[in-house]
Amino acid sequence: MDLFDFAPGREGYYGRYGGAFLPEILHSTIEELREGFRAAKRDPAFWQEYRQLMREYSGRPTPVTHLANLSRQLGGAQIYVKREDLNHTGSHKINNVMGQGLLCRRLGKRRVIAETGAGQHGFATATMAAKFGFRCRIYMGAVDIARQRPNVFWMENLGAEVVSVEDGQRTLKDAINEAMRDWSTNMADTHYVLGTACGAHPFPEMVSWFQSIIGLEAREQILAATGRLPDRVYACVGGGSNAIGIFQGFLDDAGVELVGCEAGGFGPGKGLHAARLAYHDASVGVAQGFKTYFLQDEQGNMLETHSVAAGLDYIGVNPILVWLWEQGRVRFEAATDAEVAETLRLVMRTEGLIPALESTHAFVRAVREAPSLGRDAVILINQSGRGDKDIFTVADALGDANWKRFIGAKAAQYAVE
Amino acid sequence: MRLNEYLERRRATRRPLVMTHVVCGYPSFEDNWRELEIMAGFGVDLVELQFPFSEPSADGPLFVKANQESLARGTTVAQCFEFMARVCAHFPFRVLMMGYYNTAFRMGDEAFVDRLAQAGAAGFILPDLPIEEAAGLRELALARELAPVVLMTPTSSDARLAQLAAVAHGFVYVVARKGVTGSSTAMNEDVAALLARCRRATVLPLALGFGVATREDIAFIAEHADIAIIGTAALRAWASGREDGLRDFLASLALPA
Repeated sequence: MDLFDFAPGREGYYGRYGGAFLPEILHSTIEELREGFRAAKRDPAFWQEYRQLMREYSGRPTPVTHLANLSRQLGGAQIYVKREDLNHTGSHKINNVMGQGLLCRRLGKRRVIAETGAGQHGFATATMAAKFGFRCRIYMGAVDIARQRPNVFWMENLGAEVVSVEDGQRTLKDAINEAMRDWSTNMADTHYVLGTACGAHPFPEMVSWFQSIIGLEAREQILAATGRLPDRVYACVGGGSNAIGIFQGFLDDAGVELVGCEAGGFGPGKGLHAARLAYHDASVGVAQGFKTYFLQDEQGNMLETHSVAAGLDYIGVNPILVWLWEQGRVRFEAATDAEVAETLRLVMRTEGLIPALESTHAFVRAVREAPSLGRDAVILINQSGRGDKDIFTVADALGDANWKRFIGAKAAQYAVE
Repeated sequence: MRLNEYLERRRATRRPLVMTHVVCGYPSFEDNWRELEIMAGFGVDLVELQFPFSEPSADGPLFVKANQESLARGTTVAQCFEFMARVCAHFPFRVLMMGYYNTAFRMGDEAFVDRLAQAGAAGFILPDLPIEEAAGLRELALARELAPVVLMTPTSSDARLAQLAAVAHGFVYVVARKGVTGSSTAMNEDVAALLARCRRATVLPLALGFGVATREDIAFIAEHADIAIIGTAALRAWASGREDGLRDFLASLALPA
């Protein structure tokens, strides 16, 4: 199935979802981007250059790992993990960022801006900007800065300017608004490196294209490892870029069930989570440049969202995934904060893996469903990022007394300095 | 009376015409009313009533804050329509809804234009709804004699200006510079050149907005355009000096009698 074979007059639409809802001031900029992207996508040399860059700079292909201990302990399906955490900068975000970096260079722009939630996308963008010699500014909600300081530290040390966004909820959506305002002003020399498969066309298509490298590799690797296709593929869904990335490898394989795992936060109920499709608190709306399911009230104003994972804490969702969900091709589930903490501990202790809090949402569903499948069944989880960036949040969730003592002592030391 | 006839009649009497802006429910509807009384006293011709939205991505810091605080006070879309109806019934100026498309989308395009028509509005300005996505809403609006206002910008090519002009009604909102609302604009030959390009593209009145804040800006607009749009500067004046602040600010512009 070709997701991007648009009907005449419906470019950028996936069923009823997607589109490009931007102020007129950005019309020519988005058109320039659309044309630049089209040309790059048609040019085989561009994809070749991209693959080579990802091989040499980010360590691709990332491996697929068999979790023998966890599979044995659960007594069901054989669990495999696609290791996007092993990318340079520690997550799948680098796939999109390096692709957009190459495109930015083709467009002749010298400055990049980006929004970031968990900080992984900002971190990756700062890295790319350093490598390509672009000036770089990252917009990040004040709340997210407070919970993801280590990524802020790296962004700044890589030469990026990190701007704290104090409007609205002071999280990812507000950082996107602020990045849009910057782009509306500085579009002549600036490319907006949107971090997920959301926003105005061509961003969902473009980000999906760069992230499809995950699924391309994973399909070959799982076939080589097991001699068959997986029964189910699990991926966490915030904006939905790692999910559409791995799912694209299996869209034409009707026997492979695709499962998107959203942030259940404190559980169902408006304002308590960031699950757009798995729970029933979201509805179709138009905001941040596109039409999709948003967590919004009956007036069309966006609701507060909550997740222990900053990278999943977003009001809207990838319009391509919504369309696939509507057709029954992708199943949506949610994992709560409490389930995430429990599963993270299980995965660390049985396998020595530290998935990001975001990725752990996919593990929650896989761990829950694996026992009901036979031992010859195969499931694949996309470990979109590594969890060591979450050390402060995880330490809080686990109530680690030794860590708290260490931080207390460090704080006392800094206070004296 | 259709918006173009109204503007035609007003244009015969003074130059430039003036459009001001208030954010519904900020600081309160009572304050909005007092602002509008003062504006009416200066003979403004048009007023934008902004319906607050949680993601005002085309607005600058002052309007962002106004949107946010209005919503925090519990302002609803229904209250905005009720307020609009009272304003239209009481004041001589014509009123346009300004806001973001999700407000219309959530209630349904048809319900949105019905409510506007019932309230007595002359049209609407939805900066995040590009003309390509607006065809359905435009048709519904025109059937109710509402003007869907189109924006022309410094980044619009001549070909784009022609496309925009083809679907423009009432007047054209010319954005004086790149960026969002709120910061100042140097009214120079670049802006004059933009207005000249817009003038070649459309016969409709040209309204210039973004950064209009001084008597010199008004004089510039009198020479190069038809309508001065005063947004952030008036809100800033109200925020710093309430009634007197707004009155002094509007007096300082030396608006035509």
